Amino acid sequence: MQKLAMASTRETFGKALLELGRENQDIVVLGADLNKSTFANMFGNAFPERYFDLGAAEQNMMSMAAGFASAGKIPVCTTFAVFGTGRPFDQIRTSIAQPELNVKIVCTHAGISVGEDGKSAHGIEDLALMTALPTFTVVTPSDAPETVEAVKAALRHRGPVYIRLYRPATPVVHAGPVKFELGKAEVLRQGKDATVIACGAMVAVALQAAEALQNEGVSCRVLNMSTLQPLDEPCVEAAARETGAIVTVEEHYLHGGLGSLVAATVARRAPVPVEMVGLTGYAESGRGDQLLEKYGLTPANVAAAVKRAIQRKR
Amino acid sequence: MDVRRDIVQMTSAANSGHPGGSLSSVEILTALYGCVMRHDPSDPRWPDRDRFILSKGHACPVLYATLARFGYLPVEELKTFRQLGSRLQGHAHIMTPGVEMSAGSLGQGLSFGIGMALAGRLDRKDYRTYVLLGDGECDEGQVWEAAMSAAHYKVDTVTAIVDRNGIQNDRFVSQVMEIEPLADKWRAFGWHVLDVDGHDHAQVLKALAEAKATVGKPTVIIARTVKGKGVSFMENNPDFHGRAANKDELVIALRELEG
Repeated sequence: MQKLAMASTRETFGKALLELGRENQDIVVLGADLNKSTFANMFGNAFPERYFDLGAAEQNMMSMAAGFASAGKIPVCTTFAVFGTGRPFDQIRTSIAQPELNVKIVCTHAGISVGEDGKSAHGIEDLALMTALPTFTVVTPSDAPETVEAVKAALRHRGPVYIRLYRPATPVVHAGPVKFELGKAEVLRQGKDATVIACGAMVAVALQAAEALQNEGVSCRVLNMSTLQPLDEPCVEAAARETGAIVTVEEHYLHGGLGSLVAATVARRAPVPVEMVGLTGYAESGRGDQLLEKYGLTPANVAAAVKRAIQRKR
Repeated sequence: MDVRRDIVQMTSAANSGHPGGSLSSVEILTALYGCVMRHDPSDPRWPDRDRFILSKGHACPVLYATLARFGYLPVEELKTFRQLGSRLQGHAHIMTPGVEMSAGSLGQGLSFGIGMALAGRLDRKDYRTYVLLGDGECDEGQVWEAAMSAAHYKVDTVTAIVDRNGIQNDRFVSQVMEIEPLADKWRAFGWHVLDVDGHDHAQVLKALAEAKATVGKPTVIIARTVKGKGVSFMENNPDFHGRAANKDELVIALRELEG
């Protein structure tokens, strides 16, 4: 497989938000003292009157965003995945999710690829938390180009949205124009023996695994499940029926993430073997690429899971 | 007073709810809705309206009763409080006409009000935002995050009112978690602080006028009140934070409120 170009989802987000802020005066951006890291400061420098740094106070940020939304603004809350989900979870639930207010939460530094900062900084539970909120749309773009489309779609959508981004640059899987629709999976590769369903930066890993398997005569479908909630259940069901085996891949704790959501859908709609690649616990300090390797988020591990799933077919 | 009778009746009919902290804040709400706020019951979402946010969402009986008495809801509907299918949820929710914020988990209303106020500033609107907090609610750290941010952004269109009734869920506030010196705390966070008898309409109105006239910093009114005010056996009794009057108690309460 040719080497993919790399691009930063968070820097791309910062630029996109700046552009969108020019077009839409209702957008206000809230940050919690991490605005250089999230690139929210690009918006802040251009539109200081619509930009509110609230300091390291995420609970206040979330309820304030609800107030902005209630008065007709489109607030975008920005911070890291650990600080933007778990810490202010009750504020998100009561102030935003239950009244279904039009608040967007965009978190960078998801997963273990955050690296050296260690487990306190690794957001590996955010998808479980955010998909536990019935009114939230939850999106994990696969790369920088899709991030732009996801942010645009989130701002067009009326209702709460969570978007998950990364610290390091990640492989660009969309070379051409991106066709993005909230709630719709993207078929990146057709195949008949098994389907790999991935989200976020793990989509590139899934594609690499599928390519390696192709050389061994195994034909893999690859789905980019960029929206986790609402999940594209028809697409998952079709994959189960047509390929007979499913493998999920995510940079997230297995409990409550993509694997859990897909398995629940498969169990209800078209039971077939499901294997899951993801995190089984907390990680540690180290370089992001070292951690992804050590904790098994690799093409080789995905390929092995595909073979196990195919073996379990009756 | 109608609102007090409504509170006692609706919680008793529901056989649950929070009469104590509702009765303590009656004069605060009637002063706001009756004399201070610019609002239109026929258009609860009027963009130029002044906003009232009930941060202590469990005290929704006083809000529902006030909204009903000012024409937002049929008074008859108060009987449906906490019943299946009712618009009057157990804790305030925006599904009710006139309710600005979904609450119930303490500590979030001041942040919400600051967001609303800053949105108004961006829109060059002159509406004001009033947030009612409980004194027990001041235990929540988020209240102080919000307090700091309102002073930082000089949000002088926000007025916080603390219903200082001295009792929280379990016991007296001073026993559970001492919050004094409360005025000093708000002052240290950059607020203009006023202290009033929260059952004295004239004092409440005077403080609200001073809050409106205070420029460059937010104002907090510490309203000293009596929990369960108006019903002898509920007054200053922690039992009635979260318990409704039973049938016999209701008869006595209504008789006392007739007077």
